[in-house]
Amino acid sequence: MGNRLSGPLDDPAQDAGYPGGHPPRMGFFTDTSVCIGCKACEVACKEWNSVPEDGIDLLGLSYDNTGELSANTWRHVAFVEQKVSAPAVDIGMPTIGAPKQTDDQSGDRDGVRWLMSSDVCKHCTHAACLDVCPTGSLFRTEFGTVVVQDDICNGCGYCVPACPYGVIGKREGDGRAWKCTLCYDRIGDGLQPACATACPTESIQYGPLDELRERADRRLEELHEKGVEQARLYGRDPDDGVGGDGAFFLLLDEPEVYGLPPDPVVTTRDLPAMWKRAAVAAASVAAGVAWAFLGRS
Amino acid sequence: MPGLGTSFGRGGATTFQQDLQNADCIVIQGSNMAECHPVGFQWVMEAKRRGAKIIHVDPRFTRTSAVADVHVPLRAGSDIVFLGALVNHVLQNELDFREYVVAYTNASAILRDDYADPEDLDGLFSGFDKDNRTYDHTTWAYEDAEAAAAAGDRQDHPGDDHPGDHGGEQHGETARSESYGSGGATMRAKPHHDPTLQHPRCVYQVLKRHFARYTPELVQDVCGVPPELFAEVADAVTRNSGRERTTAFCYAVGWTQHTVGAQYIRTASILQSLLGNIGRPGGGILALRGHASIQGSTDIPTLFNILPGYIPMPHAEKHLDLDRFVAEDSGKTGFWGNMRAYTVSLLKAYWGEHATATNDYCFDYLPRITGNHGTYDTVMRQIKGECKGYFVVGENPAVGSANAKMQRLGMANLDWLVVRDFQLIESATFWKDGPEIETGELTTEEIATEVFFLPAAAHTEKDGSFTNTQRLLQWHHKAVEPPGEARSELWFYYHLGKIIREKLAGSTDVRDRPLLDLAWDYGEEGPLAEPSADLVLAEINGSGPDGPLSSYTELKDDGSTSSGCWIYCGVRAEGVNQAARRKPGKEQTWVAPEWGWAWPANRRILYNRASADPDGNPWSERKRYVWWDAEEEKWTGADVPDFEPTKRPDYEPPVDARAQDGIGGAEPFIMQTDGRAWLFAPAGLADGPMPTHYEPFESPVDNALYGQRENPTREAYDRPDNRYNPAGSDVFPFVFTTYRLTEHHTAGGMSRTLPYLSELQPEFFCEVSPALAEQRGLEHMGWATIVSARTAIEARVLVTERMKPLRVRGRIIHQVGLPYHWGPNGLSTGDAANELLSVVLDPNVHIQEAKAATCDIRPGRRPRGPGLLTFMDDYRRRAGVPEEGP
Repeated sequence: MGNRLSGPLDDPAQDAGYPGGHPPRMGFFTDTSVCIGCKACEVACKEWNSVPEDGIDLLGLSYDNTGELSANTWRHVAFVEQKVSAPAVDIGMPTIGAPKQTDDQSGDRDGVRWLMSSDVCKHCTHAACLDVCPTGSLFRTEFGTVVVQDDICNGCGYCVPACPYGVIGKREGDGRAWKCTLCYDRIGDGLQPACATACPTESIQYGPLDELRERADRRLEELHEKGVEQARLYGRDPDDGVGGDGAFFLLLDEPEVYGLPPDPVVTTRDLPAMWKRAAVAAASVAAGVAWAFLGRS
Repeated sequence: MPGLGTSFGRGGATTFQQDLQNADCIVIQGSNMAECHPVGFQWVMEAKRRGAKIIHVDPRFTRTSAVADVHVPLRAGSDIVFLGALVNHVLQNELDFREYVVAYTNASAILRDDYADPEDLDGLFSGFDKDNRTYDHTTWAYEDAEAAAAAGDRQDHPGDDHPGDHGGEQHGETARSESYGSGGATMRAKPHHDPTLQHPRCVYQVLKRHFARYTPELVQDVCGVPPELFAEVADAVTRNSGRERTTAFCYAVGWTQHTVGAQYIRTASILQSLLGNIGRPGGGILALRGHASIQGSTDIPTLFNILPGYIPMPHAEKHLDLDRFVAEDSGKTGFWGNMRAYTVSLLKAYWGEHATATNDYCFDYLPRITGNHGTYDTVMRQIKGECKGYFVVGENPAVGSANAKMQRLGMANLDWLVVRDFQLIESATFWKDGPEIETGELTTEEIATEVFFLPAAAHTEKDGSFTNTQRLLQWHHKAVEPPGEARSELWFYYHLGKIIREKLAGSTDVRDRPLLDLAWDYGEEGPLAEPSADLVLAEINGSGPDGPLSSYTELKDDGSTSSGCWIYCGVRAEGVNQAARRKPGKEQTWVAPEWGWAWPANRRILYNRASADPDGNPWSERKRYVWWDAEEEKWTGADVPDFEPTKRPDYEPPVDARAQDGIGGAEPFIMQTDGRAWLFAPAGLADGPMPTHYEPFESPVDNALYGQRENPTREAYDRPDNRYNPAGSDVFPFVFTTYRLTEHHTAGGMSRTLPYLSELQPEFFCEVSPALAEQRGLEHMGWATIVSARTAIEARVLVTERMKPLRVRGRIIHQVGLPYHWGPNGLSTGDAANELLSVVLDPNVHIQEAKAATCDIRPGRRPRGPGLLTFMDDYRRRAGVPEEGP
């Protein structure tokens, strides 16, 4: 029996073969509207998981000197500076300045907005990294999360281009693939992942995915009521290209603004169709060959 | 913290961080709370979630601004105008909480008729002594009330003749104001009152006249804040104050590090008192302290001018015996009237059985001060060759103090220097690789200082306590033994004392008695012979004939009790370490009285008697906190009442009452002599009874209000190693401000050596607006050289819209942002921003003006080696600053 490769799926752990009674699917809801960009998540993650330092380089990307998720960065806080030309509306959104004054030589009084968002592995419902892993190093846990076993990984690297988010990477000098485990070694003991534990403002929330989705829906509604119309959920929808994310987000702008793909699709989605087509092609080749031979006789 | 101390009676945050969740509006000003106090900031976010309006007033758009509802960019150093205009808005429109103001503040007190305001004297208060740049406070007193010696105990004394000082500016300040940490300034009699607030000389009317020119137009002119934005803040603050609603203010060193720093806090204190926001839930002024246990290091001080519990350090010439020492406070009303009991108990803790009534409880053994012995004064004495030895513990002055070069020159001129830290910080290596070695101003061979580096244990490697922002003591237990030769501070000082005492044993020299008679027994535990932190806490808590004490009210002046710090008495009540309590918040009320222990007496909101009306009933159901239970005949509520538990609301003190008996049942400010919050401080501050706007010492503009440009009592030291940028100089046309980032810790000793933190902020940078970048040819990610009269430093450039040019006094002012964490050592490196700062100090607490100064900025890296000196000579010549030289 083959596992599902795309489409809505209620229980990926069950799909992976865990018997009934396994724990509920656990995940992250990262509410970026309360993120203060302290990067405690990045540090806590590295401390707990012994992730190596990832380069001491000034990047000039606002206060982001991490850059992106990689084998050596499992939480990454993006900092997005925007000029906001619309006048301030009291909607709980960060704005500065007052309406434009034409005689003001201090430049425009337009506001700025500084978005911060802590990115992480999405622990997809349909995880292409896992699908393409030839060794079984990547596996689906009983919590529905996706984890690399570092003692099994042979460093083939198939998972790296398979991830639609560019999360997983190979560690230089080590060769193996590394990414967020959703602190598999903590949650099994009833602890929260390190990042969620360290987050001071509850921007990173950990819990059963069902509950997180309800909480996120309520928060979205609350923000919309306050007039924060740009607020949206990302990775919440089980009908999206990856069957919904185990780690999803509340964003205050388009996903691209944060460096997230707007419409991610599990890269193995088309595998059945591809194999079907390959089979049809093989069959027709076989038929052609057969015909050629049969035709001769 | 004399700003809060003189206003309310104690120099600590009036509230606690968790209480911010109850605020209806939070104004964060002079603080970048999200970046510098990210954990406490969760309560701001909780308040916002509950619907509170969050306002951030700051020169820069920071991570705090990013999540605030409103960001108000203002020019660094102009806060008194902004806050003063809020005060004026409240007074002109009669938006004050009148019942609170009349009952709980000194608004109705009548002042003397010879008091003169800066409005009358072009920026000076009455009593100014031009020659010494000091005030005589006589005319600031209440009518018919004698003012005691106020902030200062000032007196000039011989021997304070630093060459190069302005005549008279070194005036032997002994900084009594620091002692208002617990206990306000002294007034010997209660004032006359006019409860109608109509008397022309009542505080309310004086205040109203004083602030009348602080208008929205002035705010626009001086701060660069447009009137609409000011109006939005004024409206939010006043609408969210009163019976039903409360507004909280949060500040940090963005207010304190100015030559008028204490007066910034005074302005906020006046505003919050007028709005009735002190002592009530969701209100207050939250003083966010700089780093772990800084509150603790003033409670049990590392300062020269106070003893534990804010008892002033005795003066060599004035305080010849205990009687004369406590005389200034004896007969005083309020709890400070018990100073003799606190002092005798402290002496008993120090000298135990040796302290007896017959020898004045060893009062003679206490060290004495003779003038200003603050950190910058000490450095100048090092340079002069008078100060020969130096302990540097948990500090990194070589990059972390204003005018860092001066610090290094001082340390290079010692006999010995002890540095205790985790890492080889710049203060331990300046003698071989400091900037002066590179320029050739110093050579390693010629530096005679013997430097001892001693590795220190981290807090996880020792028992002890932190006393944080909200006066909260939290105990930490040792998790592992310190590695290698690392040892705790407690171990170091205990064994140092032990060795010295062993060396002196048998001495008959009387001067050795204070050391030999010390009660110096703290046990020795484990393989490292670690003294017991718990025994130290027991000594701090104190004991009496019946064992451990539970409250400072049990302290006696007859030698029968001891206490190492009277305000901490009770931290080990019943012999149990109350600071070690860790009952989870979810298992107790939101006030969480069983988490740690707060001084005084585990009170979390100070002056909480004010959360009830004069009759003792809550002002409103919504803001109920502490109230009088008439049936039980006692105060009760969510917190420990900050009031005598059974003193009735209608108690009227008899005429001759002293100490706490002199405080009425409707007077919540029990540490003040008159039980009231001081809108006008008749005593206690060196630079004025009310705040008034002065420009920063280095400012690009004139004072819009007065001919008097800067604080007339500031402490300036114009000398070759501390030259100032001339006022309004074209050579230094920009404003710079220094600050911290979340990713690093102060001067970097605890963060720049750690890869996980260094990678997050990998090198020193400056922040400039696109307009300034264009004007000066600065490129994003390129290099800039930033110059003041002291020296030049280089930084990578971040060009950001978050830096806003402001229109001030008719011209555009550009501001340059400089995080100050860096130095040459470690993984994340760069020049130290503090090289640029001068030493110019607030007269109350001798704190440096680090938040507003002037500079030049130009593209490219700074010159190396001796070239830097030539470069600076050229700058100084162009700016008209006296040449470097003798």
